[in-house]
Amino acid sequence: MRVAESSAGVGIRIEGLSKRYGEGDAAVDALKDANLQVAPGEVVGLIGPSGSGKTTLLKCLGAVIEPTRGRMIVGGVVIYDDGWRISDLRALRRDRIGFIFQAPYLIPFLDVTDNVALMPMLAGRPNREARARALELLQALDVAHRARAETSELSGGEQQRVSIARALANRPPVILADEPTAPLDSERALAVMRILNRMASEYQTAIIVVTHDEKIIPTFKRIYHIRDGRTTEEAGEGRALD
Amino acid sequence: MISLAGRDILHSWGRFVLTGLGLGLLIGVTLTMAGVYRGMVDDARVMLGNSGADLWAVQKDTQGPYAESSSIRDDVYRDLLGLEGVAQAANVTYLTMQVRRGDTEVRAMVVGFEPGHPGEPAFLTAGRRITRGHYEALADAATGFAVGERIRIRRHDYSVVGLTRRMVSSGGDPMVFVSLKDAQEAQFLKDNDAIVNERARTAANPALNRPGVPGLLEAITASQVTNRNVNAVLVTVRDGHAPEEVAAGIRRWQHLQAYTRAQMEEILIAKLISTAAKQIGMFLVILAIVSAAIVAFIIYTMTLGKIREIAVLKLIGTRDRTIASMILQQALGLGLIGFSVGKIAATAWGPAFPKYVLLEPGDAVRGFVVVMVVCAVASSLAIRAALKVDPATAIGG
Repeated sequence: MRVAESSAGVGIRIEGLSKRYGEGDAAVDALKDANLQVAPGEVVGLIGPSGSGKTTLLKCLGAVIEPTRGRMIVGGVVIYDDGWRISDLRALRRDRIGFIFQAPYLIPFLDVTDNVALMPMLAGRPNREARARALELLQALDVAHRARAETSELSGGEQQRVSIARALANRPPVILADEPTAPLDSERALAVMRILNRMASEYQTAIIVVTHDEKIIPTFKRIYHIRDGRTTEEAGEGRALD
Repeated sequence: MISLAGRDILHSWGRFVLTGLGLGLLIGVTLTMAGVYRGMVDDARVMLGNSGADLWAVQKDTQGPYAESSSIRDDVYRDLLGLEGVAQAANVTYLTMQVRRGDTEVRAMVVGFEPGHPGEPAFLTAGRRITRGHYEALADAATGFAVGERIRIRRHDYSVVGLTRRMVSSGGDPMVFVSLKDAQEAQFLKDNDAIVNERARTAANPALNRPGVPGLLEAITASQVTNRNVNAVLVTVRDGHAPEEVAAGIRRWQHLQAYTRAQMEEILIAKLISTAAKQIGMFLVILAIVSAAIVAFIIYTMTLGKIREIAVLKLIGTRDRTIASMILQQALGLGLIGFSVGKIAATAWGPAFPKYVLLEPGDAVRGFVVVMVVCAVASSLAIRAALKVDPATAIGG
């Protein structure tokens, strides 16, 4: 992975990010000079109605679609500055970004441990070391007792915890969570937020949580609203989770 | 790195095994078809080998006695014995016909031979050799006849006195061996009504029944009820003489056609069973295409069923080659299961076929390579679909 520029101490920062789909009369601006910053160890909410640009922003940060212009720093590294500054986006996603989805999307033919261990294995870690890391995370997330289970045997909450463990497996400086509590009831949704906050604090991970979920919105200390592709920042309630 | 393909196979082993079983039966049929062809070739070689002959002397301008009919006088062998390099020469007849046992019939090739000479079965698996001049027979085990049984060939009953094995015609019909005289009678003589009718026709012909030539009609009638023809003379060559040279001498001096063993093998394999070989070849090609289509379809639908997982794998940084390798390994795994099932099935059901099925290890190795190549090619469609999956689809919205 070619790293062009470093910006140490930054979790996530986007500056003047724009994304246009299509051309001419059919062009749609999904992002318009969006700005956002998340410090290491911080969990920030990203809220907006459908079609506001949340998913586009997440996909840009996840390096799966290319913005039209702007600048993105992920984990202290400038990854985009009016063009990709990283040659191997796949390795970038593997090593520096963790993903948590609305549905856990665990790999059904791998057991719980290997779903988590797959990430370090893909990064070239030996199987033994990767599995040890997976067990460490599963213990931290209270699902170690299901380590050898099939993913289909887990409850929704357990599956989501396993997907969080997978996102953390390579110790990424950034986690992008796309509506991680949507399928969960209040108690489990708050439990997931407790875990994310604890993990952010323990591993100094910058976490963006895209959500519509009214149950968890009061837990953020900072929230970014996105509407018609533009971001605005406001202070959240920062309600205690414990 | 763990084997994603192996884990997926273990996870959905039931579907894999059932698919492999279906594919395996198809591969089994393919291997059996190849075995049928090999069996035909082997039958031809064994038939030539068991005859004990180095040369076949047959009617001029024919490719007899197996590929075409051939008829030569039965005293020709004496002339052949006088040629340099000829050790033995013996008359033989071949006739494919229905041999009756009680109320049932068996299609067999009836071989007439002279005991103690080329043409006699090289070995027996039961009973004894023919010791009497008439009405004793040796039968291939594939006829289903047993020692001591009575069988009927044309107008006469024969006792089965011995059994042999792997003695079949190029068409796969088991052989029944009788003495040359019996075989000549069975092959050329007519029934009583036909003989009476023929005598009457001859007597009514003024050219053959001349009042001024006493004894002419009797001589002609006598010639009509005796037969002096055979289909071929089997010749063995003395040590130190090349079969090709002796064959050339027979062709030059005796107004006969002579074939060496290599030439006879060429006639049997390249000409007599060539149509069957082409037929089987066509089946093999069709079966290979069908197998490829099945593997491609199965692997493709299995891949489509994992599109979301593949998108997630790509999103979290899995390389394209890892995903392609997973699909390729699954296709090869399917091929491996299919080939194993097919080989076992072909080996199990091969002996039940009426014709000899020869499953050669070389064919199995070639078949395995072809199956693997077909599976690899068939997986390309699924690999293409997987590599086109956009990792962005894993992120909702």
